[in-house]
Amino acid sequence: MNGQESKQARILEVKDITKFFPITKGFLRRVVGHVRAVDSVNLYVNEGETLALVGESGSGKTTLGRMIVRAIESTRGSILFRKDNETWVDLTRLKGNDLRAVRRYFHMIFQDPYSSLDPRMTVLDIVKEPLIHNKIAKGDEARERVREILKIVGLDDMHLRRYPHAFSGGQRQRIGIARSLVCNPRLIVCDEAVSALDVSIQAQVLNLLKDLQIQFGVSYLFIAHDLAVVEHIAHRVAVMYVGKVVELAETSELFGNPRHPYTEALLSAVPLPDPERKQSRIILRGELANPANPPSGCYFHPRCPYATDLCTRVTPQWREVAPEHFIACHHADTLSLKGMF
Amino acid sequence: MNRLEVKGLKTYFFLDEGIVKAVDGVSLSIGDQETIGIIGESGSGKTVTALSLLRLVVPPGEIVSGNAILRRKDESYVDIFALEPQSDVLRSIRGNELSMIFQEPMTAFSPVHTIGSQIGEMVAQHTDLDSRTIRGHVVDLLHRVGISNPQQRYDEYPHQLSGGMRQRAMIAMALSCNPNIVFADEPTTALDVTIQAQILELMKDLQQDERLSVVYITHNMAVVAENTDRVYVMYLGRVVESTTTRRLFSSPLHPYTQRLLRSIPKPGHRVDKLEIIEGNVPIPIDPPVQCGFFPRCPVAIHGTCDKAVPALTQHEDGHFVRCFLYSEETEQEDEWTRI
Repeated sequence: MNGQESKQARILEVKDITKFFPITKGFLRRVVGHVRAVDSVNLYVNEGETLALVGESGSGKTTLGRMIVRAIESTRGSILFRKDNETWVDLTRLKGNDLRAVRRYFHMIFQDPYSSLDPRMTVLDIVKEPLIHNKIAKGDEARERVREILKIVGLDDMHLRRYPHAFSGGQRQRIGIARSLVCNPRLIVCDEAVSALDVSIQAQVLNLLKDLQIQFGVSYLFIAHDLAVVEHIAHRVAVMYVGKVVELAETSELFGNPRHPYTEALLSAVPLPDPERKQSRIILRGELANPANPPSGCYFHPRCPYATDLCTRVTPQWREVAPEHFIACHHADTLSLKGMF
Repeated sequence: MNRLEVKGLKTYFFLDEGIVKAVDGVSLSIGDQETIGIIGESGSGKTVTALSLLRLVVPPGEIVSGNAILRRKDESYVDIFALEPQSDVLRSIRGNELSMIFQEPMTAFSPVHTIGSQIGEMVAQHTDLDSRTIRGHVVDLLHRVGISNPQQRYDEYPHQLSGGMRQRAMIAMALSCNPNIVFADEPTTALDVTIQAQILELMKDLQQDERLSVVYITHNMAVVAENTDRVYVMYLGRVVESTTTRRLFSSPLHPYTQRLLRSIPKPGHRVDKLEIIEGNVPIPIDPPVQCGFFPRCPVAIHGTCDKAVPALTQHEDGHFVRCFLYSEETEQEDEWTRI
């Protein structure tokens, strides 16, 4: 994708979004500190686009995804969502019926296809529920719609009356996808949607997600830790580290020409399915910083091989170093980092 | 003679619904200091193979046939499957000569005992050392696997350690008695890529220092590609292909392996669509006598592949494949084939 295309219609704009979880102590639940799960994140998603969120566990990707679908409340910031062609709403400010009215436009697919479906509901009921709940269709019409959507995701009529336990992991994930698609949403947050699946099944679901995007123009916020999968499916990638997005760029740009030392290390850690190619690996020392007590300056400086005195003192600004290539690093202009290719 | 030679291992689970042939005639060999990969999807029998070799299969599971000749530390030979389940010989092998790194360190460790005491227990089992020497040994082990502040960590409980640290402790436990062979069952699947890289690097170093043979059991092709010398590909309880890692990735023969390798996204080779293998891995309850991959195989020969099980035959030097496209030889039937 070039600069031209990326100016296409936006559907979601996240501004300065922040989530602090309080740490309480004692009988009176006194607040003694905060876990900075997500800290001042800015990003946008275009129509029909896949934006991937990558990062280690504990980096805040899931919290960000859940805030966007309003599964948890944000502490600060705004989430602007384009409901239809002209109307923008701020999801963080909506309440009650207003919120319910926009919920049909965004949906979530979960990681674990075993625990995310109610074992006591049939496939028909599971997929139909959003239609009823959002008052989009009922009765025969709803059933017809469910049939249609199941066919699209590769299940058929004979599956309608069955319960989730009768399905394999891949099929359950298809049920989850059908449920999230049935209301014609504009945005789907896929939280590690293919991580729990077997290799051969993962390819089926990835292809399905791509097909659906082409067919319905739906956008994905694709939360994943498998960078090979991300490179395959995403148009743009945002890299998170301890609650902050440290780099955001178009996929081939980010993989080929990373500008943040953390991205470089992350890419070099990815094992490649090719025994002939031995890459020199940057082994990061230590582990993710504690988001309840993050280091001073740039959060990455204790693990960063390029860190200077400046990095330990000053928090780097979020800035655009090249068209559509955003980064938070003091030394982005002087470092020459190695990409994956 | 290799360190371990396994021939015709069959481990079945006798359930009310029928017989699950989890491992159905697996043969493999592990040389000294070799690094082997066993690749397979869930249900392929790769974990049960390792559990069988450690004799950790419990009813309704049962090793119904096969033998596994192990060359012990004292250069004597023993058939692991012929040993009594409670025998001293088996106890002296398990943990001491063969050991296993489990996938989920959170569930593999006991939550109510400290890390140090759990590793120490294993050392106490296999040596006559007194408790102070054992503590010193365990602290040293924790240090070797890269756990900082091992004196303090010794007295901590599993929940106090991060995932990466727990996995390191797991490795320390597996290596605590200087085994010859370590089975690593998805050792990095639950970890982040940066931690995965740390752990795999650690395994490589330890393997060199300790002269270990390591068997990686995983579905992650990239981990296998980067870390192993030889690979066994398993599907539905059988080895369908085995060769050197390089050969497997450059010229796979079995239709399953070929498609499996094409179905994973490869960084730097972006394609619009991944190739897929239609259908699911079947549940092996009372499986029909046919090639396990037949129902999903796009190049299957009807009337042949669904009538008999192909034998694992050598196609080129050291490259074995189980497919009728390469050989008409069929697997020899025994009393367990049609039950």
